[in-house]
Amino acid sequence: MSADALDEIAASDRARRASAHSLLAWVSTVDHKRIGVLYILTATLFLVVGGVEALLMRVQLAVPNNTFLGPELFNQMFSMHGTTMVFLVGMPVLVGFANYFVPLMIGARDVAFPRLNAMSYWLLPCGGFLLYYSFLSGSAPNAGWFSYAPLSTKPYNLMQGVDYWLIGLICLGVGSVAAAINIFVTVLSCRVSGMSLQRLPLFVWMSWMTSILTILALPALNAALAMLLIDRCLGAAFFEPARGGSAVLWQHFFWVFGHPEVYILILPAFGMISEVIPVFSRKPIYGYSFVAASSAVIVLLSYGVWGHHMFAVGLGVTANIFFAVGSLLIAIPTGLKIFNWTATLWGGSIRMTTAMMFAVAFLLMFVVGGLTGVMFAAVPIDWQLTDSYFVVAHFHYVLIGGTVFGLFAATFYWFPKMTGRMLDERLGKLQFWLWLAGFNCTFMVQHFLGLMGMPRRVYTYGDSPGWAALNAIATAGAVLMAAGTLVLVWNIVRSLRSGGRAGDNPWGGFTLEWATTSPPPEENFEAIPQVKSRRPVWDLDHPEVADWKTSKTPADTGWRPDKARASVWAFVASEAVFFVLLLAAYVVFNTRHTDGPNAANSLDVVRTGVFTGLLLLSSITFWRAERCLSAANQRGFLRWLGVTIVLGVAFIAGQVIEYYGLVSDGVVISRNLFASTFFTVTGFHGIHVTAGLIVLCVLFVLGRKKELNAERSGVLSAVGIYWHFVDVVWIGVFSIIYLGYLQ
Amino acid sequence: MGSALPAFDPASPQAQAIHELFVQVLCISAVIFTIVAGLVLIAVVRGRKRATMPDQDFGNEKFEIAWMVGPIVIVLWLAAVSANLVLTVNAVPKAHPAGHTDADLVVTAHQWWWQVQYIDTGVVAANEIHIPAGKKLRVRLESADVIHCFWVPQLTRKMDLIPGRENYVWLEATEPGVYQGRCAEFCGVQHTWMEFKVYAHSQEDFSRWQAGNQVVGAKLEAGNLAAAGQALFMGMTCRACHAIVGTEAVGTIAPDLTHLAGRKELGGGVLANSPEDLRRWLADPGAVKPGCKMPNFKLTDAQLDQLVAYLGTLK
Repeated sequence: MSADALDEIAASDRARRASAHSLLAWVSTVDHKRIGVLYILTATLFLVVGGVEALLMRVQLAVPNNTFLGPELFNQMFSMHGTTMVFLVGMPVLVGFANYFVPLMIGARDVAFPRLNAMSYWLLPCGGFLLYYSFLSGSAPNAGWFSYAPLSTKPYNLMQGVDYWLIGLICLGVGSVAAAINIFVTVLSCRVSGMSLQRLPLFVWMSWMTSILTILALPALNAALAMLLIDRCLGAAFFEPARGGSAVLWQHFFWVFGHPEVYILILPAFGMISEVIPVFSRKPIYGYSFVAASSAVIVLLSYGVWGHHMFAVGLGVTANIFFAVGSLLIAIPTGLKIFNWTATLWGGSIRMTTAMMFAVAFLLMFVVGGLTGVMFAAVPIDWQLTDSYFVVAHFHYVLIGGTVFGLFAATFYWFPKMTGRMLDERLGKLQFWLWLAGFNCTFMVQHFLGLMGMPRRVYTYGDSPGWAALNAIATAGAVLMAAGTLVLVWNIVRSLRSGGRAGDNPWGGFTLEWATTSPPPEENFEAIPQVKSRRPVWDLDHPEVADWKTSKTPADTGWRPDKARASVWAFVASEAVFFVLLLAAYVVFNTRHTDGPNAANSLDVVRTGVFTGLLLLSSITFWRAERCLSAANQRGFLRWLGVTIVLGVAFIAGQVIEYYGLVSDGVVISRNLFASTFFTVTGFHGIHVTAGLIVLCVLFVLGRKKELNAERSGVLSAVGIYWHFVDVVWIGVFSIIYLGYLQ
Repeated sequence: MGSALPAFDPASPQAQAIHELFVQVLCISAVIFTIVAGLVLIAVVRGRKRATMPDQDFGNEKFEIAWMVGPIVIVLWLAAVSANLVLTVNAVPKAHPAGHTDADLVVTAHQWWWQVQYIDTGVVAANEIHIPAGKKLRVRLESADVIHCFWVPQLTRKMDLIPGRENYVWLEATEPGVYQGRCAEFCGVQHTWMEFKVYAHSQEDFSRWQAGNQVVGAKLEAGNLAAAGQALFMGMTCRACHAIVGTEAVGTIAPDLTHLAGRKELGGGVLANSPEDLRRWLADPGAVKPGCKMPNFKLTDAQLDQLVAYLGTLK
């Protein structure tokens, strides 16, 4: 080859690389690794913003009777700090790591739905923008991160901050559910041959559990947000006691989401240290199946303990004891994990890298947060300490000592894989000590402030004995944490430019992500090692003591469910929770007799019964269409699909007629709680039917073009799951609202 | 004024029971933390010296189950003790054992102050709860607007005050004394300055206080500063919000001022109730307690003198 030709190749190679790193390439990417990086970078940006908010609060609280922020701004700061850290930092950064590493660790090419993945990500900056735009509207949200009603309702909160909070969170919620469905299906359907579910690396297992939690918990929040938005913008009164609504219902709905949310934030961190501790102890995780199974137990229990956030509400003796027992039970699977991590360290050959130091600190700090958590599960102790600074200390020990330390461990562990460069260990250790000292300064003393009677969310305090000194220490600690964060940022910048080369497997890692280059190529792997145990890369490196020789794990049966169907099942499960909560609200508000319009005097059961019949019939015609398509009868398929569409349209027409009649009689959504609940439930159902109809029309067009044919009938059956689900929901709606069951 | 570490200084049987449970759990937690931290540190220290390839130990089911025994025993014990406390000492006093149909006291939370009503005598107070020591009172908790939370760490459990709902707590102080209370649930701009105090008196002192509070304002001598202040009070919009028994001021949305001069603090704890501080408050409430609902009436110095003089007579 001539020198010219070589130059030309080199030039085009440079151009290709340059374009691969252009802004457009990043914005339009559907590669799970890049999307993962985007998630992590966006979360880091918001971490800085939320951290600055925290620092401003700590400055305000540094001395008694301070006037640095003033109450209105302080209240906005803690509302935004909580919301930002949970929804714009914690969830996205964990989703980001899952995005990057779940496909790599299971030997997949990408996530199940790369374009859906991009959409999920872009909803994050969108939601973050909406939330922060509120500052320009005159006031950021100021009702706390859980926006208790009626403080968050219009009569007590006239500014638009809460509206932006609601819309921003709905936006983020949709993105989170979509991302979770993606991870859920990726783990189920995209595993490399040999990777049975029982051989999943624990980070993958925990991310999978987290995706299940997200899919089933976020819709509870979305239902609550939708109802509060309807209150604020359309004049309903779900959460306005003065007009018959319920202040406590908001709390139930919020915490049905809110408690699982805690595990959404901590389970991936469990997964991270379950990777880091074994690798730096040069041992397998101790009791893999107990660690994995105990997480599944936590997932289950987490839906039955929301009431422990409400012990001071006065729910009554039975509810208090029920939620206390449920919450205490969580200590058992959690304690089991602590045992297994400790046992993994025990007898290991330990390398105290920065990642390992954060993992060990995680163990100790998380135990403190866990033990104070057990205190809060004991109702009488909660009655004394809840809503005080003791609870602020408790959840920061869980979320910083747990989640953030886990994330720092993961950052130092995986940064070489993501960038091909090592982070500097000396800077890492400096960051570690700054954080460990700063974190304990800030939050250890807050336990005492709580015991001294300092309530949370106060913008200042009088000069009570000891309060000033402890608050000053807390503020000093926050400064140390901020300094530690700057060290990390500097470390990242420096390492990207001049960090040592990582090589494929700098730590001697066990799992598949270490079997490819650092950073991995776009297609992830050139060759994937055989998976015969939980540690395929260990097996490769140590053939003489390979895991599969000594420790049997269930072999892969080869079961990989259809991606489309699995995703629709997950989506339908999520939507089912949404509708169950809306229907629960209907039942709550319509059991007692009220004046004005109600189901008995406003609804035409017979007419709606006929339209119900049409909708149910459409399920049968859809089933016929499916049969025709799989039998390669394209004309029959189109005919039955057409009939299905007509029946669906007829149902919607029936709903329009019904709405028209009601509105003409003055029964509008703001009229009373019957009207509010009725329009909310049937309206959301109508939206779902309409969305289904749009999809059916698309399928019809594709069918006409013969692009949807017998070979791709899986898509149709996936849509079918949704269409039948919408019908099943309507059966519930019709039984409860029109026929009056459960009232 | 109160205790520096109220959670460790219980002054009622109820707070005592909570405190004892807390101390027990704290001790158990300390033991658990010491064990875990000790094991982790030993493992790390020994592990750092180990350069050879460790045993590849995948776990042991018997150890796992044996380890679970400890947490299970603690959880069961804690569940039993908590349930017992919930059912006995801190039971929600829905029904009064003495057969009373009504509560002894009604505390209504407002943004950002507390109204205290004595059912027997009809006395109404604000931000101060006077009780006889050694007597168990049944308190009904209500809210006039948003959710608040009633918290007197030395005396009773926390309980929310929720609009559209009635909650009850027992309020009792073993010994006479002053006990700090606060709103513990974020309730808007001035959640911070929504403090109150519980004054527990001996029976005689309490009776004296009660009798004093049933006497309604003395007649004012026409022409003096206080009488001018009264005229100002009734002439401006003060009376639309505040009540002073025996006058035409019957507002209920702001604190009852019938016995204002007898109170120790102003504005939910933000100021002491001295003539100077009262004057500061009246001159511009929002400067003292930003966001509070009382407007700035732009009173002149002369008007301030008159109002302070009048309010000072409301003993």
